Amino acid sequence: MKFGIIVFPGSNCDRDMQWVAQGILKQPTRMVWHEDSDLSDIDIVVVPGGFSYGDYLRCGAIARFSPAMKSTVEHAKAGKPVLGICNGFQILTEAGLLPGALVRNANLHFVCDRVPLTVERNNLIWTKNYKPGQTITIPVAHGEGRYHADADQLKRLEDNNQVVFRYGSHDGATANPNGSCNDIAGICNEQGNVMGMMPHPERASDAVTGSTDGLALFEGLVKTLVAA
Amino acid sequence: MTQYQAKIYVTLRPSVLDPAGTAVETGLQHLGHDGIEGVRIGKYVELKLAAENEDAAKQKLDQVCDQLLANPVIENYRFELAAA
Repeated sequence: MKFGIIVFPGSNCDRDMQWVAQGILKQPTRMVWHEDSDLSDIDIVVVPGGFSYGDYLRCGAIARFSPAMKSTVEHAKAGKPVLGICNGFQILTEAGLLPGALVRNANLHFVCDRVPLTVERNNLIWTKNYKPGQTITIPVAHGEGRYHADADQLKRLEDNNQVVFRYGSHDGATANPNGSCNDIAGICNEQGNVMGMMPHPERASDAVTGSTDGLALFEGLVKTLVAA
Repeated sequence: MTQYQAKIYVTLRPSVLDPAGTAVETGLQHLGHDGIEGVRIGKYVELKLAAENEDAAKQKLDQVCDQLLANPVIENYRFELAAA
């Protein structure tokens, strides 16, 4: 399975993601400069974290117009996997691949922490290696990660089971770090091939970082796609 | 073609919490300014554009705002237009 990692001016989690894909999972991986529009050799597109184009105007607002993102939209529309992490999630919402928007954290703090997440469903290519309701601990690092959508959109997300990760655990610990609606940490599109999440699974994949709770996401993804 | 000068105001929709506005409001209260409420922080954009007439300019501005300057999920916009 070939990973393509989009690199924008201002991306800063691209090489962490490359290490996971190439270094740990031993998968072919290509860094895709934002001006490159050819993704035909890529199976899994990852839009990484960072501050693309300085987050000018709004986070992700400028990045969505790059040639690589136009091809990413086509990749997603063809039903192929697209993962947006942190700034990547913001870019996917700006590009219209995922509903809603990510706005300033309610407490105005840039949160840099490890937070518990509940895995809401495991019938996705992204979550095959987790159990539904499982709590995992994944780092977050963002100032504008508060998921916002209007009441109708939130209802649609919940009705369609599009919430993939929620802050907090089922044993009652609430750990919503940013005031996200419905404690949303990550969502997918209706088809499930596009997922965006504010937490950083790539930063919890190598034991040297203190946790490998995120590695199951990538291992499950590769295993599922290879088997398909 | 006529040159126009546009002043564009992008504001958060009323339903979206504005924590920065709330922080500024609290700051004003701490300074002793009573009776101030509803502080909301938005963006102000100026630009020049050339268009056939005012209607065409307005149409163009709507496109520009809908496509990039404002995110309709969380923001509203309005603009003022004058011949430059």
